[in-house]
Amino acid sequence: MNNRPTWQERPTLFGLTLKGFTLTVIVLVMIYPIYVVILTSLSTASAVTAAGGLVTLPTDLSLDAYRELFGGGVVTRAVLVSTGVTLVGTTVSLGLTILAAYGLSRTNSLFHRPLLFLFLLTFLFTPGMIPTYLMVRELGLIDSYWSLILPSAISAFNLVVMRAFFMNIPGEVIDSARIDGAGDFRILGRIVLPMSKGVTAVIGLFYAVGYWNAFFNAVLYINDNSKWPLQLILRQYVQQGMDLVPNTRTYDSAAGALPPNLAIKMAIIVVALIPVLIIYPFVQKHFTKGVIIGAVKG
Amino acid sequence: MPFLARLRRDWQLLVMTLPALGLVLVFHYVPTLGNVIAFQDYTPYDGISSSPWVGLYNFQWLLSDPEFWQAIRNTVTITTFQLIFYFPIPIALAILLDSVLSRKLRLFIQGIVYMPHFFSWVLVVSLFQQILGGAGLLAQTLRQHGHEPWDIMTNPDAFIVLVTAESVWKDAGWGTIIFLAALSAINQNLYEAAAVDGASRWRRMWHITLPGLRPVILLLLILRLGDALNVGFEQFFLQRDAVGSHAAEVLDTFVYWRTLMTGAWSYGAAAGLFKGVVGLILIVIANKVAHRFGEQGIYKRS
Repeated sequence: MNNRPTWQERPTLFGLTLKGFTLTVIVLVMIYPIYVVILTSLSTASAVTAAGGLVTLPTDLSLDAYRELFGGGVVTRAVLVSTGVTLVGTTVSLGLTILAAYGLSRTNSLFHRPLLFLFLLTFLFTPGMIPTYLMVRELGLIDSYWSLILPSAISAFNLVVMRAFFMNIPGEVIDSARIDGAGDFRILGRIVLPMSKGVTAVIGLFYAVGYWNAFFNAVLYINDNSKWPLQLILRQYVQQGMDLVPNTRTYDSAAGALPPNLAIKMAIIVVALIPVLIIYPFVQKHFTKGVIIGAVKG
Repeated sequence: MPFLARLRRDWQLLVMTLPALGLVLVFHYVPTLGNVIAFQDYTPYDGISSSPWVGLYNFQWLLSDPEFWQAIRNTVTITTFQLIFYFPIPIALAILLDSVLSRKLRLFIQGIVYMPHFFSWVLVVSLFQQILGGAGLLAQTLRQHGHEPWDIMTNPDAFIVLVTAESVWKDAGWGTIIFLAALSAINQNLYEAAAVDGASRWRRMWHITLPGLRPVILLLLILRLGDALNVGFEQFFLQRDAVGSHAAEVLDTFVYWRTLMTGAWSYGAAAGLFKGVVGLILIVIANKVAHRFGEQGIYKRS
């Protein structure tokens, strides 16, 4: 592990200890809440009662909470809604973003400048909540799952990232394909996309996470609570149902017995967390400066 | 090259761009024009075409509304507070991470601190509630040791600290990315030369690392200025019930509660338009400042 350049002085024991300690604290602050929540969700009701709330040390483990959740109730439904919206939404968003990013990647093409300008201008001004809401209602999308997808389907930021990446592909590659008579759809599918797996994965993750986490658009556009995505369930049962009521008598009730379904609440949190935890490691390796920074600088 | 020849050459590119363009037109540009209802007494029944025009009435109403000013005050206070107590953290964290010599260890820590950026606000608030709330882990531990717990999550006075802590937990790690990239771009020979000349670690940080980060820090500060009225929305929406509107009402939540809850469409649109226009002005100023400092800013490119 000796990566220290020769000119650099040896670290002092004190400095090294301080650094190690700081980093350990940072990592623990990030991980510990998640550990406690996962552990509690996997504990039996009696273990939760014995701990007086959240479980910090594994004692009595069971999958009861998850069996309950996926027994076909409201959470099962919400998970299906969120999964569906995420899959369809990511497909639509990623597909249209790739197409448009490639369509705008040739600087001398027809209408290139005005079209690009229309996308870039969206950075400067957001239409605002009310007119957007009225537009969605005008289109009859209230209580439709499409209201969770279409208004936010195109992120100009993601489009610009993708376009910047496509523009870095050597022009000779594309020009020679054109000379061979390949159309642009063919070039995109056969040449450009296979060279852009990393950026596609990252942008896909951004979109997918956005859809999975989307909360407020459902508050606005979905009145029918049988169509609620998971984040709204999380808000309703976990966040609001517990101790965020303003005039609460939290202390009394908490000192007596916490709601017996604490494990279930924690399981809902875990279910909202899991997809991110699973996909994240696969995409993380692409978070190198190339993909993101090129983007930030435009 | 004649127009038709270019069209024949590029029509596929145009077809590719159209679907995304359509969505942007329908859900960005048309609603932007829909802001005209801020100058009307709009009712959904009459629609934009036959709702009466009322000039600047909604804006006069807005500027004399104490709750609106409270929302502005909260927004500006939170932005300023976070500029001081949030903004430096990713920089410090990036310098710390950059000093970790083992590549494997560094990537591991990076992986962990980036992760919460991908959690939803509902999730983050729920996690904080489980740890710091009245029935949370901290209160539970204190109670078991015979102390009187306090509920941080419902205390309006501590709210600004709470939301900043949540933001730090969620996004400070992710915020290091751009600084780490800037750090890796600093010429390592400078460090070596300085070390050979006898400069200590701290002097090297002061005279090489920080100047190396200066352009990025400036750029992000300027961008933050242009974004001053956006403190985030869901975070405040979610916690408004717990601490009350006096502490948690920001401009975006104001629009929601005053409009979608009461049906005062034109009034809400006026508030939103006010925010949009001030935001636009701030962005333009921020870019002027950026260009003055010789930075790129967010436009003037491509």
